[in-house]
Amino acid sequence: MRRETQRLILLLLPAGIFFTGFFLIPMADLFMIGGSGKTGWAAYAAILTDRNYFNSLISTLAVAAATTVATLIISGISGVFLQRHKFPGNAALVAMLTFPLAFPGVVIGFMVIMLAGRQGLIGQITQAVTGEKVVFAYSMAGLFMGYVYFSVPRTILTVMAAAEKLDPKLEEAARSLGASPLRVVRDVIIPGLKPAFISAGAICFATAVGAFGTAFTLATRINVLPMVIYTEFTLSANIAMAAALSFVLGAVTWIVLALARTAAGSTVAAAG
Amino acid sequence: MKNRWLFTLQLGFTLIVCAFLIVPVILSILAGLTVNYLVGLESGLTLRWVFEVWDGYRDTIFLSIGLSLACLAVTLVIGIPTAYVLAKRQTALGRVIEEMLVMPVAVPGLATALALIVTYGSLSGFRTSWAFILVGHVLFTLPFMVRSVLAVLSAIDLKTLEEGAASLGAGFIDRFRHIVLPNCRAGILAGSLMVVTLSMGEFNMTWLLHTPFTKTLPVGLADAYASLRLEIGSAYTLVFFLMIVPLLLALQAFAQPRLKKFVAEDDAT
Repeated sequence: MRRETQRLILLLLPAGIFFTGFFLIPMADLFMIGGSGKTGWAAYAAILTDRNYFNSLISTLAVAAATTVATLIISGISGVFLQRHKFPGNAALVAMLTFPLAFPGVVIGFMVIMLAGRQGLIGQITQAVTGEKVVFAYSMAGLFMGYVYFSVPRTILTVMAAAEKLDPKLEEAARSLGASPLRVVRDVIIPGLKPAFISAGAICFATAVGAFGTAFTLATRINVLPMVIYTEFTLSANIAMAAALSFVLGAVTWIVLALARTAAGSTVAAAG
Repeated sequence: MKNRWLFTLQLGFTLIVCAFLIVPVILSILAGLTVNYLVGLESGLTLRWVFEVWDGYRDTIFLSIGLSLACLAVTLVIGIPTAYVLAKRQTALGRVIEEMLVMPVAVPGLATALALIVTYGSLSGFRTSWAFILVGHVLFTLPFMVRSVLAVLSAIDLKTLEEGAASLGAGFIDRFRHIVLPNCRAGILAGSLMVVTLSMGEFNMTWLLHTPFTKTLPVGLADAYASLRLEIGSAYTLVFFLMIVPLLLALQAFAQPRLKKFVAEDDAT
């Protein structure tokens, strides 16, 4: 038994050394450097006290919240629908909806440009119809669109898996007792999908808060925290501030995911 | 009657969502193959842009392939033993370790990259080599390998199998090679595909970790989007799709629920 424990520790060692050396120690360093700038440890409060940083924080949280709500509504409707109704072409639709699953943020940004950019489809259509070209890719609206694009595929998979486990008898019972479709959705389906909504929503939110590639592709002027951190680090060479802000950002996403995990009681991790 | 109407409404909505996701992909593929996107398909189809990408960004493609394979090798070597230990010891400490390993996925890549730079940025030999990017990719993909293998190992009755083999005289190395590894093959395969796919597309960290000599495919994409004409960006995206789609298809094919073998009665629930 003793020997087995020793062996297990030995097996854990490579990952342990790697993780300590390349994650725990660097993160501790980052935390210390965050407090080593001109303002000292006050840098950690700057996200709340400095008007510019605070504004970016608010717009980051707002676009992440909007993304989460939109993604959950879209994936909820389509996910439950595709799980409930097996019609010819169903598998093809699921395949298309999950196709962008592994696109990196930069590619997502490019997809938004293809739709809403200067040479984009929406611009062409609106110009043909109204004579005025609608272009919104390079703004917060474009970023929102990109994050929804990114989040829908993975959220739909989660919703479909959860909808499979819902008991259709409950809905039948509700219906036979005279509940309208709307009430069935509100009182039976949504409560049944709640754990899936919480965990998928948290992933959505955390990814939108921390993502960088999409904003980077669309425009460097978009005022969200990851862009601010990047600008502080590269253009202003204000490493202490960048460190403090990214440590706070990391803590926020980690806490959101941890809270969701306790609430949903299942495993939750962000991706991509 | 009312149900029919509701069905059509939901189907219509789902089709719109599908169009939202797929139309830009099709537009981008077409743009990568047309002579002039602004003029449209009438300007003719060409492979010129794809060749230009090949000439200008070939290195990024090879670097990304090499990086993802190196990343796979490292996650296999350090990830499988970790999953084995976590499967053997499903204790509070085990869960804490698993929780910690997932942190690089929960924390934004930007923060992890900055942390690596402040700690190791001054080691210039390391900073400028592709190994620096590899470290970031391993941190980010390791949890996927560990979880995927752990899921399979937790589903089988590892203890009985190992005890059986041990009672027949098999030492640890033999048991690991002939019992553990063959049994978690499906998990290793799914995890491997995930690791390679994620490493191939990783941008958030890589953008800060790369140097002009270590540009990966997504870094090259960001470059091309920012500075070159739409057609070249599209052709480059097309190349990326060609690399990532086979991986995704394989992932979907192998992620099917596996046949349960050797599951003890009481664990079958």
